[in-house]
Amino acid sequence: MTFQLEVEILPKAGMLDPQGDAVERSLKALGFAQVHTVRVGRLISLALEADTEDEARALGAEMAEALLANPVMETFRLEVSG
Amino acid sequence: MRPAAAVIVFPGSNCDRDVAQAFRAATGQEAVLVWHTDFRPLAAPLAILPGGFSYGDYLRAGAIAARSPALAALREHHRSGGLVLGICNGFQILTEAGLLPGAFAPNRCLHFLSRDVFLRVESTETPFLADLSPGEVIDLPIAHAEGAYQPDPRAEPGSWRVAFRYCRPDGRVDARANPNGAVDNVAGLVDRSGRILGLMPHPERNASAESGSGHGGRLFRSALRAVDQHV
Repeated sequence: MTFQLEVEILPKAGMLDPQGDAVERSLKALGFAQVHTVRVGRLISLALEADTEDEARALGAEMAEALLANPVMETFRLEVSG
Repeated sequence: MRPAAAVIVFPGSNCDRDVAQAFRAATGQEAVLVWHTDFRPLAAPLAILPGGFSYGDYLRAGAIAARSPALAALREHHRSGGLVLGICNGFQILTEAGLLPGAFAPNRCLHFLSRDVFLRVESTETPFLADLSPGEVIDLPIAHAEGAYQPDPRAEPGSWRVAFRYCRPDGRVDARANPNGAVDNVAGLVDRSGRILGLMPHPERNASAESGSGHGGRLFRSALRAVDQHV
């Protein structure tokens, strides 16, 4: 079966995130004073073959740990759809 | 005769020729360029991962190169007693590969920084820095966009030492001397064996009197002495 995976990668809380800081300042300059704690990450979208959704999710986690995210600086979250 | 140094060239490396030329000029010994798929352990006693943008810095700086077959060969090279020097993108590759702990975030200012910095020599317990003195201040250029060093809290204590910290001309290490947001002003690390050195600044860009203090040349001569003694 083909599954669609989205791997969302974000800088860990408290980690230096100059992009998030710059976006936050810019949003505030536009008048969005309510905004805080902005972080900028990346989204990796991929299709993969697996027998079950659990297997697809496990493979996604394995790939995120092996390459897609850097565990020193980043956290990841997986979204799996059939 | 086996060359003293092999510079491992990845697609996107761009300081490979500079570092080979600077090594030759500083030491009088041969440095060869080796395409990454052709690198073999102990092809030369010293393996150099040069600066540049391996694999276009895709995903994260150094991330793709760190998982290439060349890094398996480089691990074997190190296990067999070989020396490893990673400069800038080469240092990023070493951390991505787990050969040195930590990671690099984008510079705090979000700009690519290309300028001279002062560095305090923190540890000389490595053959690479045997010719330098602890506390000594040297100057070398930096040129990077992702240089904000982040330590790995899971790293085993004692498995690495800080080799260089960004400092002021008088050797003071403080926030003002920190160009990129590196935690504790870390600019270079050495592993437990002393045979893996990674640094963000470019010794090849200040290796002779023509380019300034020539301090980078001292690193290469120090490394060469290590080659003579260790490998």
